[in-house]
Order: sequence, then C-alpha cells, then structure tokens
Amino acid sequence: MSHLSPEQLSDEAKKLIVEYIEKIDQLKTKDRMKIPPQEMPQQDPEIRSHNLEEVALGYTMEQARIEAMRCLQCVKKNCVEDCPVKIDIPRFIDHIAHGDFQTASNVIKEASLLPAICGRVCPQETQCQQSCTVGKALKDVDKSVAIGRLERFIADWERSTGKISIPEVKPETGKKVAIVGSGPAGLVVAADCRREGHHVTIFEAFHKLGGVLRYGIPEFRLPNDIIDKEIDTLKSMGVEFKTNFVVGRTRKLTDLMDKDGYNAVFVGTGAGLPMFMGIEGESLVGVFSANEYLTRANLMRAFDKGHADTPIYKSKNVAVLGGGNVAMDSARMAKRLGAKNVYVVYRRTEVEMPARKEEVAHAKEEGIEFYFLQNAKRIIGDEKGRVKEMECLRYELGEPDSSGRRRPVVIPHSEFILNVDTVIVAIGNGSNPLISQTTPQINVNKWGNITVDETQKTSVDRIFAGGDIVLGAATVILAMGEGRRAASAINKLLAEDIEKEKVSSN
Amino acid sequence: MSKIIFKKQLSKDVFMMRLDAPLIAEERSAGQFIILQIDDDYGERIPLTIADADKKEGSITIIFQVVGKTTLELSEKNIGDNIPTLVGPLGKPTHIEKFGTVVCVGGGIGVAPLHPIAQALKKTGNNIITIIGARTKDLIILEDEMKTIADEFIICTDDGSYGRKALVTVPLKEICERDPKPDMVIAIGPPIMMKFCSETTRPFGVFTQVSLNTIMVDGTGMCGGCRVNVGKEIKFVCVDGPEFDGHKVDFDNMMSRLNSYKDIEREQHSCFLEQEIKNKEALQ
Repeated sequence: MSHLSPEQLSDEAKKLIVEYIEKIDQLKTKDRMKIPPQEMPQQDPEIRSHNLEEVALGYTMEQARIEAMRCLQCVKKNCVEDCPVKIDIPRFIDHIAHGDFQTASNVIKEASLLPAICGRVCPQETQCQQSCTVGKALKDVDKSVAIGRLERFIADWERSTGKISIPEVKPETGKKVAIVGSGPAGLVVAADCRREGHHVTIFEAFHKLGGVLRYGIPEFRLPNDIIDKEIDTLKSMGVEFKTNFVVGRTRKLTDLMDKDGYNAVFVGTGAGLPMFMGIEGESLVGVFSANEYLTRANLMRAFDKGHADTPIYKSKNVAVLGGGNVAMDSARMAKRLGAKNVYVVYRRTEVEMPARKEEVAHAKEEGIEFYFLQNAKRIIGDEKGRVKEMECLRYELGEPDSSGRRRPVVIPHSEFILNVDTVIVAIGNGSNPLISQTTPQINVNKWGNITVDETQKTSVDRIFAGGDIVLGAATVILAMGEGRRAASAINKLLAEDIEKEKVSSN
Repeated sequence: MSKIIFKKQLSKDVFMMRLDAPLIAEERSAGQFIILQIDDDYGERIPLTIADADKKEGSITIIFQVVGKTTLELSEKNIGDNIPTLVGPLGKPTHIEKFGTVVCVGGGIGVAPLHPIAQALKKTGNNIITIIGARTKDLIILEDEMKTIADEFIICTDDGSYGRKALVTVPLKEICERDPKPDMVIAIGPPIMMKFCSETTRPFGVFTQVSLNTIMVDGTGMCGGCRVNVGKEIKFVCVDGPEFDGHKVDFDNMMSRLNSYKDIEREQHSCFLEQEIKNKEALQ
C-alpha cells in the first residue's frame, strides 16, 4: 500500500475544502459520493517500526471537514443501529462538516465519554462503517465514511483546546456503586452511574488505570496519555478510583455490599489466564503469552530500557502464534523492541484472520512477515532450556467448521524448521478465576465466564458483570456496550430503591 | 501506598519490615503473598510472602533477601518511607487441618513463609517437627520463633558453623524412616532444596507440599508468566498456588524459567551499580 505523506494529504485537503465549503448546504447525494475518501496520515513505516509513537497521526481540520461532507445524513441511521453505545453518528458528523467541533463533541458525549479511545481502537469496519450507505453504494467498506477517524478527530481537537467539557452529574442520591476493574466496561458503567448522581468507586488491581487499554493495547496504537485524559474526565465528574485493590482477595466481593455499604456491584475483571497450544516445548525459556509480553512492554514500560526495572526478553527472531489483534500488537511490539525478524504464524489464510484489516496492513508495512497455512508443531530448546527453533507444519483449507470458516487440514509430512529464539502465544484467554474462586455463589459457565441475564445481572442479587469476564475475549467496544446495559440496569435498580425508601418514609 | 513502620536487619542480606496495610492484614491467611513495587512508573513488581500480620496494628510483616535491584532499593528504605504499590493478599491460603505429624522444612529465607504455616498447623493440634537450614550460621533466621512452636527442632548448616553439618534432606530422610513415618512434609526454600526434599520423601510416599516463588508480573491470573508444570498440567502459581504437590512439580523447568532474565539483569545491575558509584563520586 502506498501512502501520501501527511504534508501531501494536508495540502490536498486544503485545496478541496475551498471548493466544497461554499456549497456545503447545497451538496446533493451524488456530489457527496464524489468527494474523495480522506486517507489517515501516518508515520512512515520504516521510522515508526523503531519507535513507540502513535502510528496514525489523525486528520487535519480540513481533512475532517471534507470527510464529514461525505456523510449522506441518511434518515434511517444504520450506523447508529450498529454502534454498541449508540452514538448519534450523522448528527455529530454534520457538525464537523460545518466546523462546529464543540457541538460535535457534545453529541458524542451524550453516548460515550471515551471517544479518543473508541476512535482509535473500535473495529468500525465491522460495526458502524459496515452498514454505512456510502460504503455500500461504492461496494467497498473501506470507502464508507470514516466514522472512527472523525470521532478521534473530535476527541483530539477537544483535548488540544485544553477545555474538556465535563458532563453534567445529577444531584447526589446517596447510593453507592462498586466497579471491579478499570477497563473499558468498568469505565462506561462508572460514567453512566455517576451521571445519575450515584457515588461510584472503581477498584483496580494494578497500580495504573485502564485495564487492557493500558496493559494490552500498545502505546503506538493508543497512547497512555490519551487513556489518562479520558479517565481524568471521570475523575472530574467525581468518580473515585482505588488502585492496588484486588476484589476477591483484598476484600471479598460480597463484603463490598455487606460491610462497605455499596448498593450494587459491577464485575468487569476482563480477560483471564492465557491459553497455550498444548505442544511440546511451551515451557522453554523464551516462550511467552501475549499477555505477559505486552504487559511487560506496555504497563511495566520495559520498552524504556534505560529506566524500566522490568526486563524484557532479548529477541532476534520472533514467532507469534495466532491471527487476532493481540497477535498483531505482539508482533509489532517485538519489532519495535529490536527483533530483526518477526513472523506471524497462522494456520488459516489471511481472509480468516480475526485481526482488523488495518492492523494487518500496518504490520505488513512495518516488515512483519506472515506465514499463512502453517502452525507450530513443537518448540525445540537448546541445552540451557531456551528456545532454539520451532518445528512447523503446513496446512490447507478444508470444509467450513462450526465458526463458518474453512477448517485448516494438516498436510502430512510437511514439517519444516523455523529459526526463532522467541515464541509469543497469542491464541486467546481463558477466564479470570479470581472472582469465581473467592465468590463461589456467582454462577459461571464451563469456561469459567460469569453467566448473566439480558440486563447483565449475575446469579447473585445486585451483582452485575460484563466485558471479557462474560464474553470471553472480545473487543473494547463490545465490553463498553455491556457496560452500558449493566449501568442502565443498575440505575434502574437504584431508582427503585430510592422510590421504595420514599414510600416507606412517608 | 504503604508506610514502613518497622525495619530490622536479620542477617547480612536479609531484612524484615512491617508495613502499614490494614486491609491486607485483615484478609490474609498463612501461605499468601503480596506484590510490591517501589516506583509506580518504572519499578518492577516482585512477589514476597507475608511472614506475619497484626490486625490490631493493621500491619503486615515481610522478610526479604537482597537479590536484585528492587530488593536492594527496598532494603535502603527506612521507617517512615512509603512503598507506592502494595497489593494483596494474593494466592490461595494454605489448607490447614489436623494432619498428625507434620515436618516443616525451611531453607534460608524460606523460613519466613514457613513460619505462619507452622504456627497455624500447631494451633490446629498438629505435632510439628521443624528442620531449618542455611548455608552458614549468619543466614539462619527466625530461630526462636520457629523453636517455640516446634515439638522437635533441628538446625543444619552446610558448613557446620551452627547445628548439624548437613543438608536439610539428611534429617528429613531420618524422620521419614521412623515408624510411624510423618503424615506430611512442608518444604519451603530455594527451588533446589524443595526439589531434593521432594526426592527424599518420594520413596516413602509422604505427601510433600512446596511453596513456589516464580517470576510474576500481575499476580492476579492474567499474564501467565508464573506458569509451572505440575504433573501433566500447566498451573499458574499466582492463582492455582503458590502451594503444590512437590512430587509432581517439574523443578528443573521451573529453575530454568527463573533464570530467564539473568543475563539482562546482570547487565542492568552492573550498569546500575556503576551509576551509583558515579553518583557517589560526584557528591564527594
């Protein structure tokens, strides 16, 4: 893929905007369809594969307005339907087209307090942008209105003004909500419950906030500073944060209600123990779960070699097993940490890969090599128990399996050796066992994920759950969608409590 | 954030500290550990066993040996200083019941985690035989504390500078040969010691519980860095442990994994020391 430089993109947009701005209110559908989609400016791949800076640089003001003019302002808003948190997309985009960025921001904040994050990490191509009329008419989802990039533009614009508007909080109700985990699900519950005037405390096991947003998603996709700023909005609303607090261990989940007076609890503890392949050699030194590798690099800042106390393995040749976003993050991080060759080994083809297309494209631009239709058979160690090489097998695609994807079938006697010193296993997570271990009355399914009803309520009264602890491994925005549902159930429950108290005191 | 309220040097490299941590003190049980970090931005997370707790004072006691950068910096902190990150209690508590005769074997710094377990077992009516060992006399810790709860007490040193000149496996074998043999052995210490204690008891079929201290990052069941092979299964020390059946643990693999970062750390450690020396020279 060839890219124009950020300067070129900006110059072209400056020319275009002059042409369109005059006739902005006379634009017909066919005019709008002719406006060229705006490419995201990004760091040069050769340079960025050696730094931790953000890859995508964000639209310029002109680019954003031109892109926004591509929106047809459909009456039936399919994009909103497909947004898990139901942002009024055409409305905020129209304000961008007209250059009223503050109002655009206010529209987004009616539904989401985390636009800088969602604009960066949501898989828009399978949600809002998938159902975009423009993309459908042009028969290419990549040509849909770039809703995510526009959302990001607005969030970044507001942050750059230094005046982030704080959503209104209703008068204090005296009710208390405890949230376990400061990841995407928990943050949404916090925002929604706090807006209703409830006292909200988020308990976080780590020393830093954000959950997977911080320990999982690398700096070059989602800078820590952005997470801090979005969380600052919640702090300004009066949400209380307690770090280094492992609910279940530091305090029992039920004690939060029985002893500490919380009226409802939301469990958003996120992904759990990493899965491994179950092949020979996975215990060798140099084999990591993606969780561990990324946590060392991101949360513990091991990339900052002069400062960080947490070490990260020195690698020359790295194999990443898996084909999801986490595999892409691990591969790209390994490259940035100095690996010469990074291979993504995936047993199906590129079409079946669950990772976002954009992430795969970025990885390829950065020199990550993809080995499709191959998989690890065993990892071989040297005399010191360190990874020396990996034996792989080749596959071909057979009949579709239960997931609808064509099943990879091993080609007999196709073994070959890949010369690697590090193997990162990124094939998913099990569930986190801490809550179920310490709160046996909460029902979980056979994989250990908490079971909930349609309002996200668990088997225990007043305890709700959402995000990866319910879904297994999913996305940031799906977790947020669950958080939104849970918060509305919690708000309803607490409103009923308040109503009952009024009745009984009268 | 947690304040250091008491500090004492137990031997050349071993320190004891009492930390202000009321919630952890209230919830902890024998066998559990904490994770601490001495710098919120760049520090590493290290697991340390809770040696004791005082609910009334709201404090926990840790005992640690200086083995790397974090433990060195921790040892240089004083009463009144704060530790920015302290989280716990982590891991499953030790299962305590009346087993009968329990041999408690502690090696070096391993006596620290062993003490609360032995104490709880004693309280439950078990007959406690204690063996503590160290390379040399100076490295013996908690001798009096262990002695007061032991029905039979043995000290060994590798160099014979105190107690019996023997490895702890020697008296352990003698005890297993007795009739009746002990009902259970709990061995806590360096991995190599736990490995050989397990090998010593294996032919006698005496259940041997070990407490593992592996590399950890989060300590809450997320990263998988602490995994060990137990029997044919992968187990995670932070949420499945830290205690396991010593006869099933693959100690050799665990020891090689513990050395994963030795080269890097040696490099960084020497850089760190050079810098310290430079700093001191600059001050003079």
